[in-house]
Amino acid sequence: MKYKDYYAILGVARGASADEIKKAYRKLAQRYHPDVTKDPGGEEKFKDVAEAYQTLKDPEKRAAYDQLGSAYQPGQDFRPPPDWEKQFRERAAASGGGGAFSFDDIDLADLFEGLSRGRRGARGGAPMAIPGEDFEVTVHLSLEDAHRGTQVELQLGMPEIDADGRVRHVPKTIKARIPKGATDGQRLRLRGQGGKGFNGGRDGDLYLNIVLHPHPLFRPDGHDLYIDLPLAPWEAALGATVEVPTLGGAVNLKVPAGTAAGRKLRLAKRGLPKPQGGEGDLYAIVQIVNPTVLNDRERELFKELAAASRFDPRGHFSGGSHGGA
Amino acid sequence: MAEHEEAVWLHAESQVTLVELVRSSGIPEDVVRELVDYGALEAQGSGTQWCFSADCVARMRTAARLRADLELETPALALVLSFLERIQRLESHVRHLHAQLARPR
Repeated sequence: MKYKDYYAILGVARGASADEIKKAYRKLAQRYHPDVTKDPGGEEKFKDVAEAYQTLKDPEKRAAYDQLGSAYQPGQDFRPPPDWEKQFRERAAASGGGGAFSFDDIDLADLFEGLSRGRRGARGGAPMAIPGEDFEVTVHLSLEDAHRGTQVELQLGMPEIDADGRVRHVPKTIKARIPKGATDGQRLRLRGQGGKGFNGGRDGDLYLNIVLHPHPLFRPDGHDLYIDLPLAPWEAALGATVEVPTLGGAVNLKVPAGTAAGRKLRLAKRGLPKPQGGEGDLYAIVQIVNPTVLNDRERELFKELAAASRFDPRGHFSGGSHGGA
Repeated sequence: MAEHEEAVWLHAESQVTLVELVRSSGIPEDVVRELVDYGALEAQGSGTQWCFSADCVARMRTAARLRADLELETPALALVLSFLERIQRLESHVRHLHAQLARPR
């Protein structure tokens, strides 16, 4: 079992009062709570903070934790005092477990959770139905996978209470089919695929949060997609038929003559499929791109065009009523 | 052992009942009713037959975590939820604008 310094995690002294512990927890919870922070490491930090608080806020758990002393370093392997094993075995037996108890393969949080469950069990009465734990996992998808639907394999550590009353995290692989039409931030549910319920409690659910990988060409906005469409100045001026990639394969797009930069050309139903049927659109945003290096002939033609053209792109600068009093 | 399941969308086009929302979020029914009163949650139908759009499930699961972890009272929870929704709306607007912005070449 690895040692964790719960006091250091909360940033309080070992002799801190219950009030100081609560204040420290609240401050850190506000900073690192995964539902409010954008800190990518916030979730892990919050888990540690919550685990530390769950133990230190409970006088009995805190007293048990304090018995471990402060000689260990965080992450150091340690074994709880020998009399604990006996105590926990008795608690496990009282809560309906088989009575065999070992500290192998459990972590500190499971240990203290076992302590409170043993306490509940020792009070007697009918076993309470406990629903299984719900799980939420983030699933990263490519835009191509979101477009056609995909299957993902998730590795989860499911908490299970074994015959001896111990909580164990058992690895479980779940294959989930993601229907086509996922967009960034969407949620899915797999009913009953979370942790197992106990004493007749329902099994937990598994929630998937979809995050789309950035794509080198397409930018999603809901079910619509955007792509930059670079055009040569003469293509924009004269009009052209150009090939545009889509998630379903390349299509030809007719660019009208006199197309301005920034114009959005819509390719209907070439976006992401919608779960309720239909598809989003693909928008090609026109960019006018000049050749970075001109050969002699091109330079000559541009000069000829400049001399012949009476087009003034800044005509609106003069003759307006702007700037005057 | 591997199991294989079809995932179900939780989006605005499908609905969940009040009982289902309470069960899947862990938020007590009286708190759900208060959140509706505060305008932090939109219910459809009458008081006994309330329905919610399925995306409320994710929202109420967030609410359940905030309520438990930050020890929030319902009025504060309603305020935090309304701020989070506003942030999401603004982020979605930024994504929309960003998607339309041509990348410099």
